[in-house]
Amino acid sequence: MLVVLGLWWTLTSGCGLIDPNRFPDPAETWAALQQILTPGYAGGTLVQQAWASTRLVLLGFAVAVTTGVPLGALMGLSRRAESLLNPAFLLLRPIPPLAWIPLAVVWLGLGDGAKILVIWIAAFVPCVINTWTGVRGADLTLVAAARVHGADPVRVLLEVILPGALPMIFTGLRLSLQACWTTLVAAELVGTLYGLGRVLDSAYRDVNPAMILVAMVTVGLLGAATTRLIAALERGLTPWQV
Amino acid sequence: MAGLKRRPGRYESWGLSLLGLGLFLGVWQVLAVGMTAGPQVLPAPLAVIETTRHLLVAPFAGHTLLGHLAASLQRFGLGFGLAALVGVPLGLAMGRFGWLDDLVTPLFEALRFVAPLAWVPFAVLWFGTGIGGPVMVIFAGAFPPCLVNAYRGARQVEARLVEAAQTLGAGPLRIIVEVLLPGALPAIVAGLRVAAGLAWQSLIGAELIVAGAGLGFVMVQAQSSLSPQIVMAAMAAVGLVGMLIDIALRRAEWAIRRQWDQLA
Repeated sequence: MLVVLGLWWTLTSGCGLIDPNRFPDPAETWAALQQILTPGYAGGTLVQQAWASTRLVLLGFAVAVTTGVPLGALMGLSRRAESLLNPAFLLLRPIPPLAWIPLAVVWLGLGDGAKILVIWIAAFVPCVINTWTGVRGADLTLVAAARVHGADPVRVLLEVILPGALPMIFTGLRLSLQACWTTLVAAELVGTLYGLGRVLDSAYRDVNPAMILVAMVTVGLLGAATTRLIAALERGLTPWQV
Repeated sequence: MAGLKRRPGRYESWGLSLLGLGLFLGVWQVLAVGMTAGPQVLPAPLAVIETTRHLLVAPFAGHTLLGHLAASLQRFGLGFGLAALVGVPLGLAMGRFGWLDDLVTPLFEALRFVAPLAWVPFAVLWFGTGIGGPVMVIFAGAFPPCLVNAYRGARQVEARLVEAAQTLGAGPLRIIVEVLLPGALPAIVAGLRVAAGLAWQSLIGAELIVAGAGLGFVMVQAQSSLSPQIVMAAMAAVGLVGMLIDIALRRAEWAIRRQWDQLA
């Protein structure tokens, strides 16, 4: 950590090896951080901008989980549903989520709706696929045992199949969360009024590398924090896993 | 559980698949024709196909669809190739030398969570909007899986083999090239496939934001001229090419894995 800071200072302000218009030195970055924390930048303080972005990620992610996991479970349980739904899914899957941004903007404008749509698309596919794989991999002996003991299908689903699929589902959630952040940043760079993408865009237009760096670090920290959150949730919900 | 084991017959399954496809396209067509907002919002599937054929011959935003595709593929090839050329050797070397591992890992862990697209402003500031900027963004997307898989692959190579090579007097470079690289090849190819997917995705993102040509640029231009049928045509092209890249690398991965299993 100290080595990196020292190296950073030496390369930028110490011997002026790197042009300050290309990469900021530590003092400038500190000043930029101060600036965005108290007066704000690009229409809001850091906390407001970060919250605007995090809120969209969480909303889109929540919508994707509530739609993707049931659909994946349905496709895992019923081969008929799989045959029926798979073609449309296969057709849409190769299109990268980012490629939906222009269409989302045409449909829903530059507000929150378009972003939530794009984030939903980004997170939906991994949710469906992993739930589907997890449910399909259910231990048939356990399922049969539960049936023999008189459990009805709903109980079998809720108490045997879903817990068995949970680790797989969580892998999907982690993958999709990362995709959510990438997609959100792209969507906000294409056009938005608030959020970290907006900060990045304004800083780029003002040729303010220090502010770019602050925004990038914030995006990275938020991505890491939400991933930690998912990991904690996974440990809480699947205590039998070590 | 009976419900899990009972498979629909082959014909039933094919029929359902066709029905699903038909339903998907049918609902799309009905929505497109029936909505009062008209083709400005949701163009019909047939209109999209027609537009795609039109774009193949008539230039839009400077080039034909194939011209834009060539521009995109060039950036993709450069960024992906660079990521593989830097990431794979670095990953292998990290798997061999502990000090390099200790040096690079903290930096890498810190950078990993920064979304590749967040590099766009710096990429443009450093390398401009032409080839360099987008290539750097693609590099940022494709580099981590290249490095991580080469590293994991190198760590999984049996220590016995490395020691044997050392005893026989092989230098560090020779060990990396002749022992670690072949041993880690299946893991590396798997990483390259993931990297190609991420690179293609980052490319589209970078082109949406900064570029003067390419499929992403077509989408943004079409978006600002409110022609969703062109957006959809470009989306179809992006999806198709991405799928072809994935299939090619999947084949390569499969072939290498089979050969390695035979040798083992």
